[in-house]
Amino acid sequence: MARGIKDKVAILGMGCARFGERWADDAETLMVEAYEEAIADAGIETSEIDAAWLSVAFDAINIGPSGIPLATALRLRNIGVTKVENYCASGTEAFRGAVYAVASGAADIALALGVEKLKDTGYGGLPVRSRGTTFDMVGVTGSAPGNFAQLASAYRAAHGVGKADLKRAMAHVSVKSHANGAKNPKAHLRKPIDMDTVLNAPMIAEPLGLYDCCGVSDGAACAIVTTPEIARAFGKRDPVTVKALQISASNGWEAQQGGGWNGSYFHTTRIAAAKAYEEAGITRPREQISLMEVHDCFSVTELVTMEDLHISREGQGWKDVLDGLFDADGAIPCQIDGGLKCFGHPIGASGLRMIYENYLQLLGRAGPRQRTSLPSLALSHNLGGMPSQNVSAVAIIGTHDA
Amino acid sequence: MMQWESGNDDQSYQLYTSIYFWGLQLGIPCMTIGILACGAYIPRRRLQRAAIHAANGWFAGGLKGLARGERAIAGWDEDSITMAVEAARASLRDFDRAAIGSVALASTTLPFADRSNAGVVKEALNLADATGAFDLAGSRRAATTGLNQALAAAAGGASAQLLVAADMRKSRPGSEAEMTSGDAAAALIVGDGEAIATLVGAHSVTIDFVDHVRESGADFDYGWEGRWIRDEGYGAMVATALADGLAKIGVDAAAIDRFIVPITAKGVAEGLARRLGISAEAVADRLADSVGDSGAAHPILLLASALEAAGPGERILLVGFGQGVDILIFETTDAIADGQRRRSVAATLADRVEDMNYLRWLFHRGLYDLERGMRAELDQKQPGTTLWRNRKAVLGLVGGRCTQTGTVQFPKSEISVNPNNPAAHTQEDYPLADRRARVVTYTADALAYSPDPPGYYGVIDFDGGGRMTVEFADVVADDVEVGREMRMVFRIKAFDAQRGFVKYFWKAVPVRTGEAG
Repeated sequence: MARGIKDKVAILGMGCARFGERWADDAETLMVEAYEEAIADAGIETSEIDAAWLSVAFDAINIGPSGIPLATALRLRNIGVTKVENYCASGTEAFRGAVYAVASGAADIALALGVEKLKDTGYGGLPVRSRGTTFDMVGVTGSAPGNFAQLASAYRAAHGVGKADLKRAMAHVSVKSHANGAKNPKAHLRKPIDMDTVLNAPMIAEPLGLYDCCGVSDGAACAIVTTPEIARAFGKRDPVTVKALQISASNGWEAQQGGGWNGSYFHTTRIAAAKAYEEAGITRPREQISLMEVHDCFSVTELVTMEDLHISREGQGWKDVLDGLFDADGAIPCQIDGGLKCFGHPIGASGLRMIYENYLQLLGRAGPRQRTSLPSLALSHNLGGMPSQNVSAVAIIGTHDA
Repeated sequence: MMQWESGNDDQSYQLYTSIYFWGLQLGIPCMTIGILACGAYIPRRRLQRAAIHAANGWFAGGLKGLARGERAIAGWDEDSITMAVEAARASLRDFDRAAIGSVALASTTLPFADRSNAGVVKEALNLADATGAFDLAGSRRAATTGLNQALAAAAGGASAQLLVAADMRKSRPGSEAEMTSGDAAAALIVGDGEAIATLVGAHSVTIDFVDHVRESGADFDYGWEGRWIRDEGYGAMVATALADGLAKIGVDAAAIDRFIVPITAKGVAEGLARRLGISAEAVADRLADSVGDSGAAHPILLLASALEAAGPGERILLVGFGQGVDILIFETTDAIADGQRRRSVAATLADRVEDMNYLRWLFHRGLYDLERGMRAELDQKQPGTTLWRNRKAVLGLVGGRCTQTGTVQFPKSEISVNPNNPAAHTQEDYPLADRRARVVTYTADALAYSPDPPGYYGVIDFDGGGRMTVEFADVVADDVEVGREMRMVFRIKAFDAQRGFVKYFWKAVPVRTGEAG
């Protein structure tokens, strides 16, 4: 395996817009809101940024397909700006672009910004769109809940878990995230919910009810990265560094080869996580990872991801969930900021929003939701596509000595 | 319309029967010209006529007498082409597809005015490109006339013809046609081979009798008074044609074992039998209370049903009615015992679910304009180029098989999906449509737009390899689970209403116990 990027890149500053139904604001306003926080945190000038990456998914209802909207909104100094999209993993993809630019030495300071205006579609959920002329002839254009709900049927069959048991475990995931989100001023949904509310909610796609689904919102998040040396020169004595950054894309095996993948897990997440742990030098993730922000687009996604990240044993994740292992006061908190569940999922922004929370927690800057024992290694998992065909991104950041 | 009155045909019949009996005597397989196989398809939902009357009785109270039994209704994703494909598949189950020389599709409800509808059927059946295809239209007699022609073509040496008839006629809410019609398809394979029935003789008359009419492009029939149709249409025209036909063909009315009159109006068939001296027992059930009048498909559906029930040596008289009359008399052969193993009509008739949801059906026929919501706005534009180059995969459900590893996949690709041996350029065609499959994952999606929510879909694995994510059709809650056995059906995937195009693809339906092969 390649040597990887462990400790080659430090986070100089981060920012995150308030997520929600930002009816009155354009993408430009959200981008600037996230950027102003990040650049103030970094303590640099716009002119010091050498390269930038912009992640946006739904360009048709957003800001168009190029890097120009970011360059224009921030009045960047005619640097290279690249727009990226990799389904819902776009935010981490933008981060990867910036991190790799610094790690390669091509840039001293790089910026990644993700933004999405989902609330200009006219309806809830993700926009319905074509996935290409060939796919549209033979593929299923289901909803996102419908695509991910299939995990549940396969997970039940693979591990002999009863419908009611799995439904309760899924409900616990959402109840936990709402409790966390209620403490977060930047979250969209800030109301705690109880088990009964989740269990009795209207069905969206069997067995996912309304509260098994994450919110839908507008938002933006931003990261400015540099080398640890430059970060120290800017006064960051103990900068948060990138320990691992791995992306794994499906090649059709899950979707096409009969008898292989059983539908109950994310093949790509398992690969990305294993590679990330190796890159970060982590051998016992369940003991070494302090906290996680995962792609909880749906409760069942978060549940199986606990296994795919090699935290829970296969077939046991639902029990760990019910045991409270991932609650804010559990051994490994998951979605301590409220997750996609409470932030909603403005596609281009989510991956960077996860890293933002991990960054705050590592620096002890998370306010009322700050983990009391200071974390040292924080993982974010950002997923795009559907269980049978997806892009899975795992980023691990940590204190410089971790 | 073609006339079938030349004296040569009777001579041809005698020639074939003598060859047939020679074969019997010599104990060799008999090659005879006639009907080689049959199949049928009736949509699963059977709308209770009481539900129609409950909705419209306040307005059309006079139709109360018709509010008995049920009628077959096609799903939102079915039309005459998809139903024809299913009937054709039933007829082809034990038949070598390479032997089919042409496909004819008879219907008064063809989806396309200028795109060969039979050509779509040919693609869906994955028949060789060197197959003829033509549409028969313009009358509810289209299929019986087509059958006549197919037999003549076979007598002239043409290779086997797959003749499919299908109709899904729209009717105005509150109309009599709404009560009496039904959606169905039936298929016959006509040619030289082990015929289950041979033609004894045929007779046709053509008279521009406008009992009902539908202008090109119009949705609904305009019908004239029933009493006139009964007296002058059935009572005079059909009766005369029958008498003339029997006399010309030289068959005694009393010798008819099965009398098929595809007219569902009460008592018409019985009255004709009485008048002509055909025995009352010979009058075939018109499936009026179980299917309804399936238009151009109805005579073929009833013929297929009769062939399933008949023994060797029976005489079957088939009537076609529509701006004239076709009379065809068949005689079943010893081979019919083999042909009956499938019992396709009985199976499709029995695979039913009672439906009381009249408004859902109106919505599916475009007669009730529900708010579909913004999620239904996805543009369904179909590039002609991509459909053409992917036609085998899209219309025929042909996947690929790696000649090195045997890995089966859908769709085909340049490099095999097998991660252990991603061989390049090794894929050969591998048809999947007739392979059974099992559910790997599924959901019932209430969010994505579906005309019949919730939309069921999931991943299936085919027996023998291959996997796809696919929509499920004809599914009810509690009848789908991981491991459930499924089979594939040809259906409408989406409509491009903006440009007037129907997108077809395959869906999976649960295999139900007792279902034919």
